[in-house]
Amino acid sequence: MNKLDNKQRVKFYQKGTFTVGNRLVDKKARSVQASMERSNAITSGHRACQGCGEALGARYAIDTVMRVTNNKAIACNATGCLEVFTTPYPETSWQLPWIHSLFGNTPAVATGIAAALRVKGKKDVRVIAQGGDGGTTDIGFGCLSGMFERNDDVLYICYDNEAYMNTGVQRSSATPPTARTATTMPLGDAPGNVFGTGKSMPLIAMAHNIPYVATATVSNLHDLETKVEKAMTFRGARYIHIYVPCPLGWGHASDITIQLARLVVDCALFPLYEAEHGAITGSTPIRKRVPVEEYLRPQRRFAHLFKKGAIDTLRIAKIQKMADENIKRFNLLRKETESFDGVTGISLKESKYT
Amino acid sequence: MEEKEKSTPEKDIEKENKNIKKPFAITLDVGSSLANETGSWRTERPVYLDRLPPCNNACPAGENIQSWLYLAEEKDYQGAFQEIMKNNPMPATHGRACYHPCETACNRKDVDTAVNIHAVERFIGDQAIEHGWVPKHDAKPSKKTVLIIGAGPSGLSAAYHLTRFGHKVTIYEAGPVAGGMMSFGIPAYRLPRNIIEAEVKRILDTGIELKLNHKVENVEHEMKAGKFDACFLAIGAHLAKRIHIPTPDTSKILDAAGVLREMETGKNPPKLGRRVVVYGGGDTAVDVARTAKRLGAEETIIVYRSGPGQMKAHDFEVKEALEEGVKLNWLSTIKEMDASGSIKVEKMELDADGYPKPTGKFETIEADSMVLALGQNVDTSFIKKIPGIKIADNVVEVNSSMMTGYPGLFAGGDMVPSERTITVAVGHGKKAAREINAWLSGKSYKPLPKHELASFDKLNKWYYTDAPITVQPQLNTIRRQTTFEEVLGGLDGSNALYEARRCLSCGNCFECDNCYGVCPDNAVIKLGPGKRFKFNYDYCKGCGVCVKECPCGAIKMVPEEI
Amino acid sequence: MLEQIEGSSAVAKCIALSRPEVICAYPISPQTHIVEGCGKLVKSGKLKNCEFINVESEFGALSVAIGSSATGARTYTATASQGLLFMAEAVYNASGLGLPIVMTVGNRAIGAPINIWNDHTDSMSMRDAGWLQLFAETNQEAADLHIQAFKIAERLSMPVMVCMDGFILTHAYDRVDIPSQEKVDAYLPPFKPRQVLDPANPYSIGAMVGPEAFMEVRYLAHEKQQRALKIIPEIAKEFKDVFGRDSGGLIRNYKLEDAETIVVTLGSVAGTIKDVVDKMREQGKKIGVLSICSFRPFPKLEIRNALKNSKRTIVLEKSLAVGFGGVVANNVMMSMQGTGVHVYTVVAGLGGRPITQPSLEKMLEVAEKDKLDDLTFLDLERDVVERELKREHASEKSGPIAENILRDIAGLEEAKR
Repeated sequence: MNKLDNKQRVKFYQKGTFTVGNRLVDKKARSVQASMERSNAITSGHRACQGCGEALGARYAIDTVMRVTNNKAIACNATGCLEVFTTPYPETSWQLPWIHSLFGNTPAVATGIAAALRVKGKKDVRVIAQGGDGGTTDIGFGCLSGMFERNDDVLYICYDNEAYMNTGVQRSSATPPTARTATTMPLGDAPGNVFGTGKSMPLIAMAHNIPYVATATVSNLHDLETKVEKAMTFRGARYIHIYVPCPLGWGHASDITIQLARLVVDCALFPLYEAEHGAITGSTPIRKRVPVEEYLRPQRRFAHLFKKGAIDTLRIAKIQKMADENIKRFNLLRKETESFDGVTGISLKESKYT
Repeated sequence: MEEKEKSTPEKDIEKENKNIKKPFAITLDVGSSLANETGSWRTERPVYLDRLPPCNNACPAGENIQSWLYLAEEKDYQGAFQEIMKNNPMPATHGRACYHPCETACNRKDVDTAVNIHAVERFIGDQAIEHGWVPKHDAKPSKKTVLIIGAGPSGLSAAYHLTRFGHKVTIYEAGPVAGGMMSFGIPAYRLPRNIIEAEVKRILDTGIELKLNHKVENVEHEMKAGKFDACFLAIGAHLAKRIHIPTPDTSKILDAAGVLREMETGKNPPKLGRRVVVYGGGDTAVDVARTAKRLGAEETIIVYRSGPGQMKAHDFEVKEALEEGVKLNWLSTIKEMDASGSIKVEKMELDADGYPKPTGKFETIEADSMVLALGQNVDTSFIKKIPGIKIADNVVEVNSSMMTGYPGLFAGGDMVPSERTITVAVGHGKKAAREINAWLSGKSYKPLPKHELASFDKLNKWYYTDAPITVQPQLNTIRRQTTFEEVLGGLDGSNALYEARRCLSCGNCFECDNCYGVCPDNAVIKLGPGKRFKFNYDYCKGCGVCVKECPCGAIKMVPEEI
Repeated sequence: MLEQIEGSSAVAKCIALSRPEVICAYPISPQTHIVEGCGKLVKSGKLKNCEFINVESEFGALSVAIGSSATGARTYTATASQGLLFMAEAVYNASGLGLPIVMTVGNRAIGAPINIWNDHTDSMSMRDAGWLQLFAETNQEAADLHIQAFKIAERLSMPVMVCMDGFILTHAYDRVDIPSQEKVDAYLPPFKPRQVLDPANPYSIGAMVGPEAFMEVRYLAHEKQQRALKIIPEIAKEFKDVFGRDSGGLIRNYKLEDAETIVVTLGSVAGTIKDVVDKMREQGKKIGVLSICSFRPFPKLEIRNALKNSKRTIVLEKSLAVGFGGVVANNVMMSMQGTGVHVYTVVAGLGGRPITQPSLEKMLEVAEKDKLDDLTFLDLERDVVERELKREHASEKSGPIAENILRDIAGLEEAKR
């Protein structure tokens, strides 16, 4: 019984249902991370900063793939934080076969791996490609689009920390408006990053009509694992966009990494949704909505919006508008009785539990 | 072109793969990062700790509520029962009659609503009675004997705990039945008599001798005669406070304690008439008013001198009373009652400081009887004689070890300064038992230091699903007005489990695996079911995510010693 | 079997005979017919157990090859000119990771200005990337070299570039012997990778190597190419044993024994020069040709030994190091240090300019008189260049050179009418 089948049962389970594990729930229904046998695709000793969201996101996603494929997975990685902190000679923290080639070619390398596996008849070995937002939305865009168009059997995972972190926090096309980066300093009339037209990689992926596209965060582990599991049930090109906070780059305390990932979802700036073959199939509703300010304040990259006596209400309102539009577009404020994450009405008559 | 033969070369390749030499530096072996012990980066480290749950902290009986809820949520109701019995021998009773300060303190109220702890306790207590579970203890007989005077909740609790310590206990009860205020102060519609009987019997069955109808006049004499090594006084406060209300026919004025006692032990229920006025603002006043309703009074009015904010009765009691049709006259004092039953009432108003002041305006209420519910007094008549005893404000003074001025004579419950509830009484009984136990071997009882409190700010409430409280089913109003059937029903198996699982387990690890899952450095070691977790300080970078994401606040950061 | 066949088709057939498992390609003139040929063989089912992947750019093509080779599949791709530069990052990456990819470079000039015709600038731009570079003189050799390339690459664990002149070889019809599958199978064993991505035996490929080990890694790559100097002739000998003809090797000497003037070159132009040599030999001139097959690793010792007794060496190359002079010539000069032989550089055929026998004869006559400049541009249109230079001196804003010359030539034509 995998997590997809188990929605009904877990729904009842309210104490700590959203926690990583739960001693009261059937082992098979617990998250991959709860298991003592999890593969720990990234093990200890890596050089990520304290509280790194990407280290978490990558382990979460890859451990799920490892469980689903029975440890038969190959990963390729773009240049970036994840690659650098996991494989500085002479130490690697990866426990699965892994290759790093260049910054912009990860999707193409994955295509090659998938092709080789096909030729050799190794149908049970699956391929994961991973890169940061820079490597995905900017320099890797061409190769990614090519991989999507060919529908190669690759799961591409983008870890979005909204800037080129590894090179010193420079702006990428995923950097949100008003954010401070080394190349969009909070100076002049339009401090921080500009309000552009936006570049949503998940929507671009959907435009390629690939079998599966989803967004996820490190604050909702069950949601993330379910989506990775679901992605692995498809053959063909799949894309998952995972939001990962960066304590160093965003200027927040290392212990609120997961909290921020929660706030970004709850304020609707990062909608959680899934799509298949170009059409949205579902979204995760927000449990308790918060204003965008609550999300922006703990991060020093937005500090210039909250100067004492000179709060930038105009720009904050613009950001709030972006959030409002996400709510509409993805129907994020609906009351659900049947969703995995929101349990509002329990029938006292029916209760199934272990 | 011919088909490529796959068998032999493939197998060769597989074999060779194990032996191939990988290029220098470009290719690295699995596990090589473990050589980099990133623990050296830390300036502070996380440590696991148990914090004191607010429910445990608030319980006057000192129950380990979080602990027995933990067992209940695993469906181990017998285990939960044993856990409760370590501290409180009467769960079914308390599940009905305790005012649950645990729920007032419960952190869950800041998520949605407090856990319905008393309902779960009641469920477990009822299960215990139904299945005949008995408490387990394994103390060796001590050869010491203790006399307990009064078979109310305090005395019964002390007897129970002393027996658990291995001492031989005898209870002398002045009345015809054990139970104290449980039987004589709490109406049957809240606490059915069969429940009290079953729980009292279970306590006595642990090896306690009970002598009913045995009123003690001389404590020292009784102690010598019975060769008791120590004595615990728990006679409660069963005398009604009276005030002088001018009336020609005193038979129409009754007191609440008397009415409730007559309900319990009298051949016939007391006759209160069709219109009853109850004077007072405490829970007893409400209990009597609701009892009067059930006895057939068409109209029952509670007259209280001050406003609703000053009324001592618990809100839910008042609410249930109002639902049953009891009326409330605020800000009224009774001046006199004439022969026909007309009561002259003076209206009061609150002054600037919030105290009631007479207005000089008067009203008349017609009544067949008036019940005074103005509080209770302790019968200090035979206690005054005991050397060393100090009585002030009608209660007996005891030191921090619950001992009176007379060595070996301890006291607790309503007769010592305390909040007058059965839970407090039970708590006194337990505390006194511990003190007596220590005193009997010439030592003094040293309680363990308390853990720091698991206040709400230490929790991460996001992880607890929205799950509203299970409301206990209520008897309909008509039946409530005419019978003494229990007003509140209990939970059944499924919703008791649901309710137990609403507990946040404040300050105590419930093995949710969060710390194990959220560590970016894989520096938490899972030790196995029941064994919790351990930090791998070789790799822990001290980021603090585990502390923030622990739902129940069982981890904290402490600075590294550099 | 002998076939009258286009060079690209011959190459495609020999690639197919080598049992590649993944072919990925992005089209660019003049390599298009090669990959089209491969694609047809895969799609028709003639080439089995092979994935043919249409990629979105040359960078994508070599990246796919990297992924595929790292997973243990025999991989092939092809490119030229702009495409080779677009995949430059991946070229260094493939050799850095030691992946035995075989790639055809259909030699073509590099823009700006855009030019689709043959010269060697593209291969030369990647000469230091760590790939082995083999230059084919004829269509037969081009076909043969690919088969050899897989063997060399896989033995060494290093990628190999097979360079063949665009259009001159790729699009020319010639008589080529296409070997049988049995012979190729006998010659070329299945691919046994030195490192492979395999869940049964996982490790991380492509670590970040810092100052403490980087020099050693580069040294080892250099050392590998030194070993190749021995392996390439071995493999060429093995080829002769199986297929019965000379093909490949490090260098080929033609009438060098008593030559006083030796022309050193690469690729198809060697054939033209050989015809000139034959003619001049009949006239009693002591002249010979040294055709370099393995440009990387550069066979310093072999070249030195072959040239040291000549009076003069002329390096005729289809490449130019702008601001310096000859690329190949520079490598040859390094090998000739201390021999006292004068090395002349003749840059010819850039952008596909035909190299004619009369021009060669004229140049060699001048050379024999020791009147050749150190650096000569063969058949340069002097007056066009001179007029452009005058224009540049006259005004600072003279515009792009190419456009100016074209305008000038057009003007001349107008004037002629």
